Parts: sequence; structure tokens; C-alpha cells
Amino acid sequence: MWRYLLRTLWQRLLLLVFISIISHGIVHLAPGEPTEVDPMNPMMKAEDIARIRKAFHLDDPFYLQYLDWLRDLFSGNLKSFQNGLPVLPQIWARFLNSLPLFICTTLLVWTLSFPTGIHAAVRRGSRYDRVTTFLAYALISVPSFFLSYLLIMGVVQVLHLPVLGLRTFGSDQLSAVPRAMDSIWHLTVPALMSALAGATGVAVLSRYVRAQMLEVLDQDYVRTARAKGLPEDKVIYDHALRNALLPFVTLFGFLLPGLISSSVIFEKIFSWPGLGQLGYDAIIGRDFPMILTLNFIAAALTLVGIFVSDILYALVDPRIRLQ
Amino acid sequence: MTAHAPILEAERLAAPETPFQQVWRTFRKDRLAMAGLYVLIGLVALALLGKLLTEWWVVFDPAAVRLPDKLRPPFSTPSAAVPAAQLPAFGVYFFGTDELGRNVFARMLQGSFVSLSVGFVAVSISLAIGITIGGLAGFYGHRKWGPFSIDGLLMRFTDVVLCFPTFFLILTVVALLPPSIYNIMAVIGLTSWMSTARFVRAEFLSLRERDFVVAAHALGLPEWRIIFRHMVPNALSPVFVSASIDVAYAILTESALSFLGFGVRPPLATWGNILADGRDFIFDAPWLFAIPGSAILIVVLAFNLVGEGLRDAMNPKLRKRSS
Repeated sequence: MWRYLLRTLWQRLLLLVFISIISHGIVHLAPGEPTEVDPMNPMMKAEDIARIRKAFHLDDPFYLQYLDWLRDLFSGNLKSFQNGLPVLPQIWARFLNSLPLFICTTLLVWTLSFPTGIHAAVRRGSRYDRVTTFLAYALISVPSFFLSYLLIMGVVQVLHLPVLGLRTFGSDQLSAVPRAMDSIWHLTVPALMSALAGATGVAVLSRYVRAQMLEVLDQDYVRTARAKGLPEDKVIYDHALRNALLPFVTLFGFLLPGLISSSVIFEKIFSWPGLGQLGYDAIIGRDFPMILTLNFIAAALTLVGIFVSDILYALVDPRIRLQ
Repeated sequence: MTAHAPILEAERLAAPETPFQQVWRTFRKDRLAMAGLYVLIGLVALALLGKLLTEWWVVFDPAAVRLPDKLRPPFSTPSAAVPAAQLPAFGVYFFGTDELGRNVFARMLQGSFVSLSVGFVAVSISLAIGITIGGLAGFYGHRKWGPFSIDGLLMRFTDVVLCFPTFFLILTVVALLPPSIYNIMAVIGLTSWMSTARFVRAEFLSLRERDFVVAAHALGLPEWRIIFRHMVPNALSPVFVSASIDVAYAILTESALSFLGFGVRPPLATWGNILADGRDFIFDAPWLFAIPGSAILIVVLAFNLVGEGLRDAMNPKLRKRSS
């Protein structure tokens, strides 16, 4: 067990190094440089460009830039090209903004998709099953920003309430309770939207739950449980569901990287100042240190997620042995 | 003559069904999937027609700007201020006009071909890479290259790519590269081949041990013939399913990129950028938003339904022997 953990840890670290090297390659070899953000600016002279390139070490050979980045990242001195501030505190601040949205979305997704999926599997072929199946496909297929805009339009026109941003403009003059309610309201709509229409949202997960349940309901031990005369609820929730849940332990691991990658669209739609927006602005400004660090963190989160889910799986399922 | 008929009937029944016929027989019974298939056939016809009517034999001119006729609702007729040469075909704006007075119907027609080709080209790229890498890892995986096995190297590489935050990576590359529709196709294709590679590798690993492949080896067939004539066709069924769903994903990704401002550049219209541009006029001209949004929803839904129908039809567990 411990040997397995150490070995995977070592492999994952190696993988992370490769990922950071490749992402450096992509960012530095692709055309498009920080000096070209505003190519039409007449005040930009050749010597300015040269000065900027020198200040950002863009003329150094590739491996030196990589080593510089690595050194600065781990000593905490990595500065953004855009505003000259250290990268990590900025990411941390935005992470704190993204976190409530991420937690609410995840809770919504998991609490909604399990009952839906289980019910659909148990009543396979019923009207309920067909309707939820079709709805799930429709939600997977709709462009998320299209649906979100329709919802925003509805809320604004019918309820006359603002939905964009972290809080309503001017709400900081209110007392604590209305301010908290305002924040919660501003959290609700984007969380609901990314839970419904997100890439790892209710639609996908409930389909997966349904498929898993169907698989398990066909097994011999479920037939045995029924043959023993157990009540149907006990068969489904005790015998079937517990086995159907096993693969979802691994899904926990894949949730983590969604913090950065899948949030870009929804944070952009709802003007939510989180990690996704930070990444978007960094890409627009060709802020190499910020892009690379975010990419690095996302990859690290993915690897940590896989690692955690491997361990969880071994803990939950006695048939799996880590070796 | 009549005496021979029963015998002929019996012979016809005895003829073995080809795998294609088996899949088709099951697929045909899935009403949602068949509806999806009809939509797709219609869409391909529409896309070809769109290419024909907007580029080669210009009946609907997607680029004609008519400033007097800005933001006209659907089925409105052009005003008198429009010069005769710019009158829309049939004298009606079927889908209304946009903020420059361009005919939205013509733009949707042009966009159908562009959007569809983004999907198909991106998926062809991802299939080509996925099948090559998966096939090499599955067939030649046991060979060594230095201290490493080929299988290990290729699959670790796949793991590395899987760890990249996909959408963030697409965004970075598209933002850094010069804006062009080919770059978007290539980037979507280059970041979505991993699951295909894993499927094909798994299939190849099991096919390599099957009797018919061993027999082909024993007959002394050249390796390329064993791979392409005997193994690839047998490994394709999961690939078809994921290809159909990947086209849907590529069309959605293109529209998401358009929303973020990195999509296909004007004047070329895609459904994604018509939709993304339409959001600025969501209250004044809702049709600019609703028409492309619904079109994307229907088409992506059709691809998803066909993909799921294929998955069910190719699953021998769900397929019944008797018709």
C-alpha cells in the first residue's frame, strides 16, 4: 500500500513536470507575444518592444525561461506581466470568489442528479424515464450561454432583480442581513445555471447514475434479494444503490479541476470575478506567468483528484487492491 | 412458381445477418434516435444547399449590408429605401435582419455549412490521432524503445494531455494563434482525441488475442493488412458512438469560443457567432438570439441522440436476437 502510494506520487510529480514543460512550449512557441497585445498603438516603438522583451526575459533561451518560471513560482516571486503584482496572491483571492460558486454548484448537481437518475432507472421505460432522458439530452445540447441569457432575461423582466456580479451595486451600505441575502441571491442563479447546463452538470451525471443503476439492477444479487422477499425499497436503496455508487467515488476526483477549466463560460456570463475570469483576462493580455501558473495548478488539481479517487476507490471497494 | 416460394423464403431467412444489419434493425426501433438521424440528413442537405445558394449561385447574399433595414423582425418585407440589387430573395426576410441589415436567413444558411464543417473536420482530426495512437499502443505496445515499452510511452503521453484543462487550453491556443477557422478546427481536434485513443487501444488489446487475428498471422498476412483489414473494422463501434457525440461537442465548443470573442471571424457566419453577436440585441431583437440558439440546440441534440442510439444498438446486451 505505502509503496504503491509513494510510487504513484513520484510518477504524478514526473507527469506534472512534463505538463509544465509542454505548456511552456505551447505558450512560447505559438505566435503572439505580450508586446503584440496592442499592435496598432503608435506610441509603441521598436526600442520599447525591445525593452519590454528584455524586462520579461522573452529573449532568453526556452529552458532558461522555464527554469526562471519554476524558481519564481516556488519562491513566490512570480509577477504578472499585466500589473506587476505577485501571481499567487491574485490567484488565491480569485479562488476565494470561485469557491462558493463551485461548492453550491457541486451540491446542487449531486443532490439533483441522484434522485432523478435512480428514479429513471427503477421506472425504466416509463413516461418519467422518457421525459427525463429527453430533458437531459436537451440540457447537454443547449449552448450554456444561450440558456443562461434566457434565464437572465426572464429574471430581470419578470422579477425585476439584478443577477450579475458578486453583489448588487451599492449593497455594501446595507446592514448585515440584507447584504448576506443579496450575496446569496447573486450566488443562486449562476450556481443553478452551471449545475443545470454545465459540462459536468445534472444532465450528464443523472444519465450516468441511471446507467449504473440499470447495470446493477440486472445483477444476480439483486434478483436474490428480491427472491428472499425483501421490500422493494430495501432492495433498491440497500442492495442495488450501494453497489451502483462505487464508480461515483472516482468522479469526486475529477470535480476538482473543473474549478478552473469549466468556470470560464459561466463566470464570464454572470460577471463573476473568479478564477475563470482571471484566466480569460490573462489570455487576452498574453500574461504568460499567469496563464502558465493557472494551467499548472489545474493540472496539479487533476492529478491530485485522480490520486485521491484511486485511494478512495480502494477504501470503498474491497475487491480493489493497490499494488 | 408458387410451390417454390416457401423454399426461397426459408433460404432468405437462413442467410446470416451482417453486423451492420443487426445494428440497423435495433437502431430503427429507437424513435428518438431515428428522429435525430432524419434531422441530420436534412441538415447535411441544408448545409450543401447553403454552400450552393450563398457562395456559388448567390440567391441569398449573407454579406449584403442594408442599413435602412436594421433589426427587422422575421417575415418582414424590405423598406423602399433598399436598392433593387440588394432586395432579399422572394422579397421577404424570413428570419429578419441583424444590426447591419444583413439577411439572417442567408447568414444561417451559410453558417450551417461552416458550423457543420467545423464539427466534422475537428472530429476527423481527433479520430485520426486517436486511432493512430490507440492502434499503435494496442498492437505494438509490447515492443521496447530503449528502457520503455511503446504502450507505456504512448499512454503516459495520453495521460499528460488528459491532465490539461481542455477548454482553457483551447482558449489559450486560439487566442495566441492568428484568428482563422482552420486553427479552431485543428485545436478542437487536437484536444479531444484522448478518449478515442483509449477505446481503440482497449479494443486492439483484446482483438490481438482473438482467433481470427491469430489465424491471419498464421496465414502470413502482412501486418498492415491485419491491422487495417481485420482489426480496425472490429474496433470501430465504440469509435462511431464517440465520434457522433464529439461532433456535437465541437459545435458547442465553437459557439462557446464565439461567445468569448475567439470564434470564427466575420464576415464568415457560423451559428455560434450569429448567436454570440445576437446577445447584444437580446431585448430589441430577440430573434437574432433565438433562431441560431434553437438551431444549435436541435442539431446538437440530433447528434447526441444518434450517438446514444448507436451505443444502444451496438450493445449486444440490449440487442435481442429475434426481430
